[in-house]
Amino acid sequence: MSLNIVVLAKQVPDTRNVGKDAMKEDGTINRAALPAIFNPEDLNALEQALQLKDANPGSTVTLLTMGLPRASEIIREAIYRGADTGIVLTDRTLGGADTLATSYSLAQAVRKMNDFDIILGGRQAIDGDTAQVGPQIAEKLGIPQVTYAEEILELKDGYVIVKRRLEHGVETVKAPLPCVVTVNGSAAECRPRNAQRVMKYKYAVSPSEKEKLSDELKALVEKRPYLNLNEWSAAYVEADPEQIGFAGSPTKVKAIENVVFTAKESRCLENNDDQIEDLIKELIANHTIG
Amino acid sequence: MANFYTDNPDLRHHLGHPLMRKIVELKERNYTDVEKFDYAPLNFEDAMDNYDKVLEIVGELCGGIIADNTEDVDHQGPRVENGRVIYADGTKANLEACRKAGLMGMSMPRRLGGLNFPITPYIMAADIVSRADTGFENLWGLQDCAETIYEFANEDQKQRYIPRVCAGETMSMDLTEPDAGSDLQSVMLKATEQPDGTWLLNGVKRFITNGDSDIHLVLARSEEGTKDGRGLSMFIYDKRNGGVTVRRIENKMGIKGSPTCELVFKNAKAELCGSRRLGLIKYVMALMNGARLGIAAQSVGVSEIAYREALAYAKDRRQFGKAIIDFPAVFEMLAVMKAKLDASRSLLYETSRYVDMYKIYEDIAKERALTPEEKAEMKKYSKLADACTPMAKGMGSEYCNQNAYDCIQIHGGSGFMKDYACERVYRDARITSIYEGTTQLQVVAAIRHVTTGTYMTLINSYDSQETPEALMPLKENLRAMTAKYENAVATVGAVKDQAYNDFMARRLVEMAGNIVMGYLLLLDATRNEAFVRSASVYNKLAQSEVARHAEFIAAFTPDQIELYKA
Repeated sequence: MSLNIVVLAKQVPDTRNVGKDAMKEDGTINRAALPAIFNPEDLNALEQALQLKDANPGSTVTLLTMGLPRASEIIREAIYRGADTGIVLTDRTLGGADTLATSYSLAQAVRKMNDFDIILGGRQAIDGDTAQVGPQIAEKLGIPQVTYAEEILELKDGYVIVKRRLEHGVETVKAPLPCVVTVNGSAAECRPRNAQRVMKYKYAVSPSEKEKLSDELKALVEKRPYLNLNEWSAAYVEADPEQIGFAGSPTKVKAIENVVFTAKESRCLENNDDQIEDLIKELIANHTIG
Repeated sequence: MANFYTDNPDLRHHLGHPLMRKIVELKERNYTDVEKFDYAPLNFEDAMDNYDKVLEIVGELCGGIIADNTEDVDHQGPRVENGRVIYADGTKANLEACRKAGLMGMSMPRRLGGLNFPITPYIMAADIVSRADTGFENLWGLQDCAETIYEFANEDQKQRYIPRVCAGETMSMDLTEPDAGSDLQSVMLKATEQPDGTWLLNGVKRFITNGDSDIHLVLARSEEGTKDGRGLSMFIYDKRNGGVTVRRIENKMGIKGSPTCELVFKNAKAELCGSRRLGLIKYVMALMNGARLGIAAQSVGVSEIAYREALAYAKDRRQFGKAIIDFPAVFEMLAVMKAKLDASRSLLYETSRYVDMYKIYEDIAKERALTPEEKAEMKKYSKLADACTPMAKGMGSEYCNQNAYDCIQIHGGSGFMKDYACERVYRDARITSIYEGTTQLQVVAAIRHVTTGTYMTLINSYDSQETPEALMPLKENLRAMTAKYENAVATVGAVKDQAYNDFMARRLVEMAGNIVMGYLLLLDATRNEAFVRSASVYNKLAQSEVARHAEFIAAFTPDQIELYKA
């Protein structure tokens, strides 16, 4: 059975390697100081998609991302790892979107695509940590959602069986297709970039990137249709201007402040098992560890 | 997560050597594959960008999953069940990652599923893999055996086997036996021809790295009644056909993730590779040269990890109120380690470029007649590769052992414990100067290039290149060393006594090696300022080494050899 698989992904600042200049004076992220990366849990989602493709020959994996035009970088990254193609939804009017406006915009893009069997995405993005976009898309499309997925155990006869990783255990659920599945970081790591695919697709470009190529490379891209990535605008996906970008975002940032952790009290422990055990119990009780 | 390629700018320096332009142009036949294969390069810059990007993948895997698995693989190791090898879990995961990343069959042509990389970027990948997991480098690096199939097997065999290697099946070269180690002429494994033209193999092989591989190259005695190397042929054994079981795997000191097997062949069906009787004298020699270059790369990878572990510890560890790196005894050790690392790496890539040059010409010669100029170039580079390979393997492996030793020394008491990586590095290093020909046998292979003057030709060609004023003192020193070397060669050569000549061979080869590596680092420093320090430190080291050997030779009379006899 061949499937149309959509993977939602986001290009995010690498907040895992934060340096001194990661924040601006006003407390917002200094994007210039942080490298833009493929959101880690979206890579877990991509791996689940590629495993479905491996098991169902003839399937296609399409990456869908919303962001700046440079977000096509993560489409190439996904293609290097095995995805077939990708769409970057980019438009000035989409800027400043909160999760509601983002999920609306992405849902519009999904509607614009041909039939799809399953939509996969990471649980959440490391720049916002909301975990809302995937579920909201499911709601907007009126299809079921499975969150915290760790493994897709089976997909056949119009349903999917998914193992979910919950706080205190594992749950296995069955959902009819099409549906949205958001994947947890505990799922299998994404496979590496493939050498031949990197060489084959390294000149894959979106229309706006193509403009900047040399004539020689432009000709190459024209000769090889698979090197053309899709770039969609808000108008193309027929998005209602009231529901996208700033206009469509009820979330307003009131204030951002820097929180600096400082030691307020210190305690000395004796070097014996009892005291160490007490400390561990206390740290578990107040959720510092565990 | 670390990337073992991008965190080491020395690698890009070597990849960007001026000779690469010619190598790539020849290898890519002026970029004609671009019409046939969607991943072929458009031009030189595109090809170099491909190598860079693929090495980035190698570096990412090595700095990530492979390095992360090293310790577990070292502890768990492989095991034998029902005559089959079960790899350590980490090894399985590493192999799977390399397969998915398409890093097998890197140097094979595209028409057979390979990446068509020259040897140089492939060897660079080996260098990087070895830094992450030295034992794993063996399993991954055995893809090199495909080179032998490509060079000597018939087209049908190439079509059947090489795409499998490129898809990730592993290989082994089954050469040694209980009574045939360094002396491969004594190989006894029996090959009997069948009426259908296939062969049956019977006997035992021992110390076979990755002996339960998918595709084996086997050296066996095809000519009944013969006793020497001329009765041996090369065979391809496909595991799918059955007939070979693993009797046991060795419990080794190091490279524990790499299974070293004793194999029993019982009527194992195999096919002849190339012509009968050329197994040892032609094919194994070619195979060994490739394998030796691989071990030279593995050694450089070990030197790299040893240096990095030592440097990190020396910066971190404080004694007497300061970091130990601030003590002369420690910073000297570190500077010398880095100099040895850089010297052996420069020689490694110089050698790999020579190998590239002559092998690509050999390959072109299968398609069309070479011009007289091309033929002369092929001959020249073939000779240089032949001279530099044993030197790179011999000295590089000794250097990595010295670096592993110093790495532990810098760790002090902690280094003797199992808590730090350095103890594994020390154990892993030890094999490099033994397998694929001991250092002593590398000297045997190298000494003829002392006597026939190949090394002198090389040294002169390096010397003729322009040197900036600031680096002239290094060049003057190298010239003085060269005079001492020539003098020593003359002294030893004047005595017609084989035992004495053999006795002195190691010293002469080492002197030549010191000078060659000294010049190579000088050339690196000329091209890239970052190498000035190592070029200077190595120059000092080479100076003292050359003087030491020169003095020994000058003060030695041939009769004194009696003192040393058992």
